[in-house]
Amino acid sequence: MAPKARPAPRRKTQPTRGGHPRVGPLTGRLADVPALDIDALIGDRGVRIIVCCGSGGVGKTTTSAALGLRAAEQGRRVVVLTIDPARRLAQSMGLTELDNTPRPVPEVDPAAGGSLDAMMLDMKRTFDDVVEAHATPEKARQIFANPFYQALSSSFAGTQEYMAMEKLGQLHAEALGTGRWDLIVVDTPPSRSALDFLDAPERLSSFLDGRLIRILLAPAKGPARFLSASMAAVTNAVTKVVGGQVLRDVQTFVAAFDTLFGGFRARAEETYRILKDNQTAFVVVASPEADALREAAFFVERLGEEGMPLAGLVLNRVTTSAAPGISARAALAAAERLGDTEPVTAGLLRLHADRLSRTSREQTLCRRFATAHPEVPTATVPALASDVHDLESLRRVSAAMAA
Amino acid sequence: MAPSDNSGRTAVDAPDARGVRLHIVTGKGGTGKTTVAGALALALASGGKRVLLCEVEGRQGVASLFDVAPLPYEERRIAVGPDRGEVFALAVDAEAALLEYLDMFYRLGRAGRLLDRFGVVDFATTIAPGVRDVLLTGKVFEATRRVERGRPVYDAVVLDAPPTGRIGRFLNVNTEVVGVAKVGPIRKQASSIMQLLTSRQTRVHLVTSLEEMPVQEALDSVTELRRMGVPVGNVLVNLVREPELSADDLQLAASRSLDPAHIEAALKEAGVSADPDAIASLVEEGQQHAERVQLEVAQRQHLEEGGAPVVELPYLADGIDLGALYELADELCRSGRI
Repeated sequence: MAPKARPAPRRKTQPTRGGHPRVGPLTGRLADVPALDIDALIGDRGVRIIVCCGSGGVGKTTTSAALGLRAAEQGRRVVVLTIDPARRLAQSMGLTELDNTPRPVPEVDPAAGGSLDAMMLDMKRTFDDVVEAHATPEKARQIFANPFYQALSSSFAGTQEYMAMEKLGQLHAEALGTGRWDLIVVDTPPSRSALDFLDAPERLSSFLDGRLIRILLAPAKGPARFLSASMAAVTNAVTKVVGGQVLRDVQTFVAAFDTLFGGFRARAEETYRILKDNQTAFVVVASPEADALREAAFFVERLGEEGMPLAGLVLNRVTTSAAPGISARAALAAAERLGDTEPVTAGLLRLHADRLSRTSREQTLCRRFATAHPEVPTATVPALASDVHDLESLRRVSAAMAA
Repeated sequence: MAPSDNSGRTAVDAPDARGVRLHIVTGKGGTGKTTVAGALALALASGGKRVLLCEVEGRQGVASLFDVAPLPYEERRIAVGPDRGEVFALAVDAEAALLEYLDMFYRLGRAGRLLDRFGVVDFATTIAPGVRDVLLTGKVFEATRRVERGRPVYDAVVLDAPPTGRIGRFLNVNTEVVGVAKVGPIRKQASSIMQLLTSRQTRVHLVTSLEEMPVQEALDSVTELRRMGVPVGNVLVNLVREPELSADDLQLAASRSLDPAHIEAALKEAGVSADPDAIASLVEEGQQHAERVQLEVAQRQHLEEGGAPVVELPYLADGIDLGALYELADELCRSGRI
């Protein structure tokens, strides 16, 4: 059994323009990549939350679903929180509507005593629920009617990340309270960068604490004559740019929302604390491509800086090649020689050479990643010919991941 | 200014690419959206044209694609196209765009700096819904419309836009902002951007690979964009690999009916000694190849039924570098679709 990786030591790095710390220095050795033991991870009863993160298009949602399915069939009582899954993947888990309610996934093998529930995040509904739960009915009505709330709850880019965190907190509380689940698997939103998931709640919190909010609240709370000259200049400038109506909408929104802010922040901080706790395991998902691995590296470093528990890396869509004994060069030379006289064999040889060269390029990329991050255990999933359509293909993905 | 195509909500996907000044490139993550945007910029620069390639997601994808230092908020020349064409690049930053915008239109000297200090810039660019997108698209809009000495500064602008999952929301600045600002300068700015986006001068291109999810997202986006009245350009199928076997042999390969004895004999003839294991693996690789080709055929058909013209770009075995970009640009030029 592979031990759970310890988080990387805290280090200060100069962020680059994009805000990402630079990778390195290289340790100068080609590490044997330690294996990520998936069954040990999902079998560890101390792990109650698994967060799958990575850049877009690397198979995060599939990985989350596969992990959840495998854990359930090994006896865990699992809920998978997916964000914006592909239609067929959602269907494979019996998810037909985005209704924010965890539902049992049919046809999961219950022999080991586990169960699998799945849900899709409805960002606006989650936001509405929070408002309803924490504001008086009258205040809730005011908030729902405000155009800023409507836009913020349905389209603000950070809201999805924030609501994913909120939902995770709710599921965690429900799991503790009712014992319905003993493992929550979370898929993270398809954000601009994999790091947005960690930053969005902080961004919202710092905004809520910001000076602007206090300025905006001031006219709603007290006589305008207490505004200092510079505050008045700011208000004037804002009015000039966005128009007075916008400012008034923001002010009423902020005023109505004011009482909720404290709770929001407290819950975000609580969820953040849970994420740092040892009951959580982060799984970074990538594909063997330069961009995806770069994002994975940023995430690994960031988790280390935050002291968040990293379980390891899942590499999806890895090219594999079996045919032993025929090198890419030999295959291409032979294909050339055979030319048109033996098109089938020549074709097979070219295919083989292509696979070998892709395998070798992917291995180079992975070796570089491993050299910079030798502490990260890795599990690989070979490229599949087709997408996941049903539970059976999801089962195959999870078996490959655990192999 | 060319006549605007703002008359109805159904845009004409005009087959004629002349007169298009703004090319917006989107696609599912992992399909090579930025690569294709880069190749498109190079292709448009051929014939001595000047093209601006913009990115808006702060990930410096253009800089790493063209192997240049990270781009500042400033238009820099990053490559030359065939026939002395030039490609400039700009990483649009919402905060810098806002300050520039304020300075340009309001001459907010001291107040502008105050806005920054009081977190207004932060508010406008991260929290205020829609405003960030208006600022990002607004800068691209400004570059597209910029005129010096009586002629446009750029012959074309290519925008490496957010992925398909967010493209509708990103481009629909009008609806986003109207909910918040019913009147005022931001509203006006949003309206003129929307007018450009729904005119004949704009095309949105969808990048996909021949896999199920990216194809589905591309088709969904085509529908969404048409509903918004934004003209759809081409579906650019990236990473296309030619089958290595004939149609008949693919059939045989799919059912694992290729004759191992025959393959062994052919290998021997070519001077390759292979044991039965190796031959079985070759047959298995052939079967997987055949399965993938079948899937690709189905996806290709699916795309063609989607109604937007399809242009295919080859998978380049040696990866993407500047040379590969020129190769893809050449493919785009030869397609006659840009």
